[in-house]
Amino acid sequence: MSGTQKAIVRPYGDTTGDGMVQVSFTLPVSHDKRAEGAAVQLANRMGIDPAMVVHAKPMGDGFTFFVVYGRVNHLVDLNAVQVVERDFALLSAKDVNTVIKQRLRRKLSVVGACIGTDAHTVGIDAILNVKGIAGEKGLEYYRELKVTNLGAQVSVPELVEAARAEKADAVLVSQVVTQRDAHLHNTREMSAAFREAMPAGRRPLLIVGGPRFDETMTDELGVDRIFGRGTTPGEVASYLVHALITQRKAMA
Amino acid sequence: MTGKLDLDPVLVARARELARRAGQPVVDLARSHTTVSVERAVLRLAGVTGADPDGIPWVNRLVDAVVADVGLGHGVAVPVFDALTREGITDVTLLAQKAAAGSVRFAVPTGRAATAARSAARRAVAAGVRRIDRRRAERDRLIKRHGDPKQRPWIYLIVATGDIYEDIPQAQAAARAGADVIAVIRSTGQSLLDYVPEGATREGFAGTYATQENFRLMRAALDESSKELGRYVRLTNYASGLCMPEMATLAGLERLDMMLNDSMYGILFRDINPIRTFVDQRFSRQVHARAGIIINTGEDNYLTTADAVDEAHTVTVSQLLNEFFAHEAGLADWQLGLGHAFEINPEVPESFRLELAHALLARELFPDAPLKWMPPTKHMTGDVFRGNLLDGFFNLAGTLTGQGILLVGMMTEAVVTPWLSDRDIALQNVRYVLGAAGGLHEDFVPAPGGFIRRRANQVLGEALDLLERIGEQTLLTAIAEGTFGIMKRPADRGKGLAGVAAHEADYCNPATEILEAAA
Repeated sequence: MSGTQKAIVRPYGDTTGDGMVQVSFTLPVSHDKRAEGAAVQLANRMGIDPAMVVHAKPMGDGFTFFVVYGRVNHLVDLNAVQVVERDFALLSAKDVNTVIKQRLRRKLSVVGACIGTDAHTVGIDAILNVKGIAGEKGLEYYRELKVTNLGAQVSVPELVEAARAEKADAVLVSQVVTQRDAHLHNTREMSAAFREAMPAGRRPLLIVGGPRFDETMTDELGVDRIFGRGTTPGEVASYLVHALITQRKAMA
Repeated sequence: MTGKLDLDPVLVARARELARRAGQPVVDLARSHTTVSVERAVLRLAGVTGADPDGIPWVNRLVDAVVADVGLGHGVAVPVFDALTREGITDVTLLAQKAAAGSVRFAVPTGRAATAARSAARRAVAAGVRRIDRRRAERDRLIKRHGDPKQRPWIYLIVATGDIYEDIPQAQAAARAGADVIAVIRSTGQSLLDYVPEGATREGFAGTYATQENFRLMRAALDESSKELGRYVRLTNYASGLCMPEMATLAGLERLDMMLNDSMYGILFRDINPIRTFVDQRFSRQVHARAGIIINTGEDNYLTTADAVDEAHTVTVSQLLNEFFAHEAGLADWQLGLGHAFEINPEVPESFRLELAHALLARELFPDAPLKWMPPTKHMTGDVFRGNLLDGFFNLAGTLTGQGILLVGMMTEAVVTPWLSDRDIALQNVRYVLGAAGGLHEDFVPAPGGFIRRRANQVLGEALDLLERIGEQTLLTAIAEGTFGIMKRPADRGKGLAGVAAHEADYCNPATEILEAAA
């Protein structure tokens, strides 16, 4: 950050430095004078002082909705802002397709499965099915991705064979069941099988996902990437482009 | 309501004829195949209830046992009722338990044993169908007593906490705040379970499991609300995924009022085998027809994956196919909540006029269907202020074009699952628009030769072209080649294929016989 730019800022309503903000919230109390007082008290504790309750409306039994405007007394020090950077750029579906089309010049092949006895396809389906999750479409939606979803209870040899047949650029494995560390054993077995079956340069990118994985364990499990709880299809697609195209080209 | 777009009746008739031609081979396929879920639905009608200690329903255990001994192609009704006689018991659930323990063998009887098993099966299934009939009569009585909503469209709201006991007060609050229809969204992934979970459930992922007990609990709660509010509050769930026939049956038995039921959604969006879907769909719609349930079809989904302007005609084509399949299964026009949605990018010039053209086209093509109007989702960005404005225009388009069922749009779409305040603000939005412009459809007649009429006729023309192209191949080929949405779904792939079988010569399904005899 350049030294001349102001490092301390406050919110802007209509005058520099006025600190004005607007918030809305619901309190579980019936609407009366005391409820409005409660809203002011909450706003004060949030650092808004003076606080103006500009709108209060009863909703159903015993709830009141408030809109509050006021001056917030907190300052923001831009020098103290810390952000954790993702090591790859988040791309839109359109951009993912464009990069693949222009730089790979063929469809990127993805094979997905739940391996072992795990029958929970919730994770792999959320990432692969067009339906997707959290308003994001799954990888099947991407025109430049060729997705093969093998479903549940796929054996490791079947997965390796499918990856070979589909000329997979990436293999996605989902593991939900964690009894007796099944997700870790299954993942190690899978990565070992790929190492054995294919030479290093020809191996697909190996990605596992599931709610209980530690995202830092990639080396230990022999995979290229681990995705934890709350991962969306867009993140996976962006990572695929990063790892298989953008980064690879940059290194070459 | 008709005649606002000057649609050519010859073209409209041609479109229906092409839809029939595309759909008929699929119907033939559905009539000559069965699935494990169809057979489980038959057993549910015949009285099999409950689940084993692992939560696997006895209908699943029983169907699996029959299939292991004699296969699926004869239907399970006759082997089951034949075994019942041989075992000397009358309780089908007890038979399922014995079969699961491996102490019963199944056979395909011949001669007098076959005749006896057929009539016993038919008696048992008929009793189940009568229970559905009683529930329908009960609904008619309650509607008469409490009344229908005063306005159209009906206001449709979603609840989904994962916990049925949390859903109930939320649903009742929503009804008090003006909702006419409550939908309980299912847990993520339920559509891919090849069984229906049992009992009241308190844990789900982004939704609540659809179970018979959850249906019963919610219906009872909304009956209380109906009484309190003086209007019958309807309940909706989902006949989709791998268990469509069973969901339809349970909905009929527990007096649900609407069910999501699309002819192609499972194929396109869930990669369920096309044949499995069409067989399951036909049976489930026959049950809906009998139960007096309004179906909601899923055309809105196409527009979330494909461009709402370029692909507008695929919605029309799918509506025509859904209509054909629904009529064929015995559903009446008043039961066809054909879907469509307000999903055009608001940055597109004249986007609202395009929306009006598309919505009015659906209205004019299907004058007697209630039509399910779905709010914007794709272009809801997290800018809640803009989202609220967009929802207002969605509501306006709904009332201007006479939509039957309006799913209330949330300004926090794509941000959070709706908060109490989000629902309140959304309902306020609907009330304002319906209050201020509820009768405006009377004055809304697009100018002859104007933008809206031209656009509607253009979409109809493109729909006809697509139907012609489908007619040259078959619907299954069209689906295999990715005509709808962008998904390619070949007929020999997809989930649930293992649970499909062609009918043997002696195939017997007493439920289908009863349901088709009535139609």
